[in-house]
Amino acid sequence: MGKNVKIKRGMDIPLEGKPSTHIHAISTSTTFALKPTDFKGLVPKLRIKQGEEVSVGDCLFTDKKNDKICFTSPVSGEIAEIVRGDRRAITAVKILADSSDYKYKEFDTKGYSSKSADDIKSILLESGLWPFITQRPYGVIADTDVSPKSIHVSGFDSSPLAADLGVSLRGQEASIEVGFEILNKLCEGGVHLNLHAKKDNTIYQNIKGVKVSYFEGPHPSGLVGVQINNIDPINKGDIVWTIKPQHVAFIGKLFSTGKLDLEQNIVIAGSEVNEPAYYTTRIGASVDSLMKDNYKSDNVRVISGNVLTGKKIEKDGYLGFFDNQITVIPEGDHYEMLGWLFPSYARPTLSSTLPLSKFLKKSFSVNTNPHGEPRAYVVTGQYEKVLPMDIMPQQLIKAVMAKDLELMENLGIYEVIEEDVALCEFVCTSKINVQQVLSEGLELMAEES
Amino acid sequence: MKFLRDQIDKIKPTFSEGGKLSFLHSTFDAFETFLFVPNHTTQNGAHIRDGIDLKRTMFTVIVAMLPALLFGLWNVGHQQSLALTGTDGALWDNFFVGLIQTLPIIIVSYGVGLGIEMGFAQFRGHPVNEGFLVTGMLIPLCMPPDVPLWMVGLATAFSVVIGKEVFGGTGMNLLNPALTARMFLYIGYPSSMSGDSVWTFLPEGSETVDGYSGATNLGELASATAEGKPWSDDLLSASIMDSFWGNIQGSIGETSVVACLIGAAILIASGIGSWKIMLSTVLGGLFMGWVFNISGADGAYMDMPAYYHLIIGGFMFGAIFMTTDPVSAAQTERGKWIYGFLIGVLTVLIRVFNPGYPEGIMMAILLMNVFAPLIDYYVVQSNIKTRLNRVKV
Repeated sequence: MGKNVKIKRGMDIPLEGKPSTHIHAISTSTTFALKPTDFKGLVPKLRIKQGEEVSVGDCLFTDKKNDKICFTSPVSGEIAEIVRGDRRAITAVKILADSSDYKYKEFDTKGYSSKSADDIKSILLESGLWPFITQRPYGVIADTDVSPKSIHVSGFDSSPLAADLGVSLRGQEASIEVGFEILNKLCEGGVHLNLHAKKDNTIYQNIKGVKVSYFEGPHPSGLVGVQINNIDPINKGDIVWTIKPQHVAFIGKLFSTGKLDLEQNIVIAGSEVNEPAYYTTRIGASVDSLMKDNYKSDNVRVISGNVLTGKKIEKDGYLGFFDNQITVIPEGDHYEMLGWLFPSYARPTLSSTLPLSKFLKKSFSVNTNPHGEPRAYVVTGQYEKVLPMDIMPQQLIKAVMAKDLELMENLGIYEVIEEDVALCEFVCTSKINVQQVLSEGLELMAEES
Repeated sequence: MKFLRDQIDKIKPTFSEGGKLSFLHSTFDAFETFLFVPNHTTQNGAHIRDGIDLKRTMFTVIVAMLPALLFGLWNVGHQQSLALTGTDGALWDNFFVGLIQTLPIIIVSYGVGLGIEMGFAQFRGHPVNEGFLVTGMLIPLCMPPDVPLWMVGLATAFSVVIGKEVFGGTGMNLLNPALTARMFLYIGYPSSMSGDSVWTFLPEGSETVDGYSGATNLGELASATAEGKPWSDDLLSASIMDSFWGNIQGSIGETSVVACLIGAAILIASGIGSWKIMLSTVLGGLFMGWVFNISGADGAYMDMPAYYHLIIGGFMFGAIFMTTDPVSAAQTERGKWIYGFLIGVLTVLIRVFNPGYPEGIMMAILLMNVFAPLIDYYVVQSNIKTRLNRVKV
C-alpha cells in the first residue's frame, strides 16, 4: 500500500548543541502570547479586551476572512496586553497566566467516534486546533469549506537540531492514535503517515486506517512537501492538508478529554545553549521562562523553529504557534578579513571549494553571517542538489521574480511552500532569499486564484 | 587587521551617500568587501548560509586557470627562443620573456574591464559583480602573444559593454564575454588573430632561424585539406605529443592540454565547473571525428584519428574554461549534456568544412551560447509536460 522512497538529494547540516534526550520539566511561564504573525496572510479580529479573564480554549481572535476559525488561549489567566505593530496591526496577544490550576473550557467531544465530519470540524474550529492544519497549495490555514484530496503527516523531522519525535512524543501514543482517527473522519481521500525507514516508530504503532510510506535519506526527507511530491504529487486544482504529529496529539487529547491541552515537549538546542535538551512547555510560552540562564553568550540569535525556516525572536519573545524548537546560535555581525578566501573558522557548506569544512568537520557552531553579499544568479545546478522533488527550482524562482504566473503554475508552484526551498536558500552562492521570493510568488498566486 | 579595519571605517563615509567621493561608492564597496566579508547578518529566511559565495567561486576558476597561465608564460618565451635561435632558452629566461609580453595584456584586460564594470555598477547603483575576475584572465589566455595592447583594450571594452552590460550585467549575458572579445578581434582584425605570423611573439625587426614556420596544426591541416592531401602524421609540424604537452605555438594559455586538464581537475573537484558539459563536449568532438573516420570520405581531416581533435588547437581550453561559464551555458542539467555535445560536434564540423576558420571551438561555443536558452526551454517544457500528464492519468 505505502511506498518506500530513498531520498538521495539533500544535505544534513550538522550543528553543535544537539539536544540530549533528557526531558526537563520547567517552572511554567508567567506570560504567554499568541502571535497572529505566525500565520501567513492572517488579519485577526479580536474577541477579547485587555484585562479580560480567559480560560484555556477561549477564543482570543478569529480570522477576519473566516470568523469560524478561532485562535484560542493556551492558558487561563488575564489578557495582559494587545501588542500592535505597524499601522496598528495586532502582532501579539499576551496573557498573564494563572499561577495555579488552569481553568478549562469544556468541549463536547463525548462519543467522537460516532460524530459526523462536520461536528468534528466545528469542534476543531472552536477549540483553536484547526489552524494547525496547513493547506497546500500556498501553505495557509486549511480552507474550512473543502474536503482535501488527502492529508499527509510526516512522522519525523529531519531539520537541523530538530526534535526526535520518538522522544518528544513518548507516552502520547494514545492521543496520537485518537488524533489520526479524527483526521480520518475529515478526509475521504485518506490519511498518509510518512515515516522514517530506519528510525524507531513505536509511537505510531497502533495507528489504524492510514497509508504508511517509508522514507530515508538526508534532509529534506522529513519535509512533508518533499514526501507528497514523491508519493502523491499535488496537481492543479488539488487541495492537500498537512499537519505535524505533535499537533495530531493535541487533537487526540482534546477529543479524548474534552479539554484543550497545548502542553508539549520542545527542543532547545544550538551551540549557544548551556544545556541543550527537551523541555516541557506550552504553545506560546515566553523565551524568558524557557531559557533563563541557559545562554552561553550574549550576542546570540534566538530562533523559534530551526535554523533554516524558523523565525527570529527576541530574548523576551515567545515560542511560535507551530514550533516545537528553539535554536540559539551566535550572531555573525563581525567583519572577517579576506574571509571569502581564507575562512577563519569552519562553516557548513555543500561546496567542495571548502574541503576542510565539507569533509573534515563533524559539526559546526554556525553564525548568522551570510558569508557573502547578494548577487545576480550565476551558478546553476546548485538548488537541484538539495531539492529532491520533481521541480526545477531555479527556473521556478526566476519565474516568480519575473512574476510570470502561468510559468509559475506550470513549474509546480502549487507543490512547494517556503520550507521546501530553505536548503536551496542555504546553499545559494548568490545569497538570494529564496524563501522570501517564493513567498511573494505564493501570495501572488493566491491573490489571482 | 584591526588597524586596516579602522582605516577603512574612517574613510568609508567619504564614499557613502552624501560623501565627497560617493560617485565611487560601488568601487569602494568592491574593494571593501574584497578585504573584509561584511558584518551583515541574515534578516529573513534561512538564518545560516553556506560558506561559498561568488568571490570564492570566481577565485576557484582563476586558480584553475593558473596552470594554463604559468605554462603559457613559459611557452611564449620558449617559442620565441625557438624561432630566433633554433634552440630552447633557459627556463627562467623563457618565463621572463613571456611575463614581459603577457603581463601588459593581463593588466590592460583587467584595467579596462574592471573600470567599465565599476562605472556601470555605480551608474546602476549595483554592487560590482565578481564575474569579470574570470573574464579578465580568460581574455589574455585566448589571445595570440603578438596581439597589440590597444586591441586587447578595445576588445575587452566591446565584450563588457556589448557582450554583457547591455544585457543587464553579469548573470544576464547571452554570450561568453571572453569569447566575445576574441570574436570581435577575429572579425575586426583577422590579420592579427589568425594566419601563420601571430602565434609567436617576435620582437620587431628580429630575424627567425632557417626553417622556422609560424604555422599551427590547425593551419597546416586547413591548407592540407585545401590542397587535397591525404592524412598522415607528417602533415603536423608539431607532433601530437608536443600538442598534448603544449610546447607549440598558439594563443597564450591554450596550447597545453595537460595544463588545461589540471584546471579541469580543479574545477570538477571543487564542483565549480560542470563535468557534464566538459565530458559531453569531449564526447561530441570524438563522436564527430569518428563519424568522419568511418564516413569513407578522403582528406587530411577525414582520416585523422578522432582523438587528435581533442588535442590540437584550443579544443581542451574551450571545453574546460569557456563552455562551463554557467551564465552563457545551458542551465538545466539535461540541457548541459545537449549543449556540450553539440559544441563538440560543431567544433569538429567547423574545423573540417570551413578552412576559413581554422579553429572551430570559438564559433561553436558562441553559436551554442545563442542556442542554450532554446535547449533549456525544451528541457523545461518537458518538465511541464510531465506535470500536465499527471493530471490526465
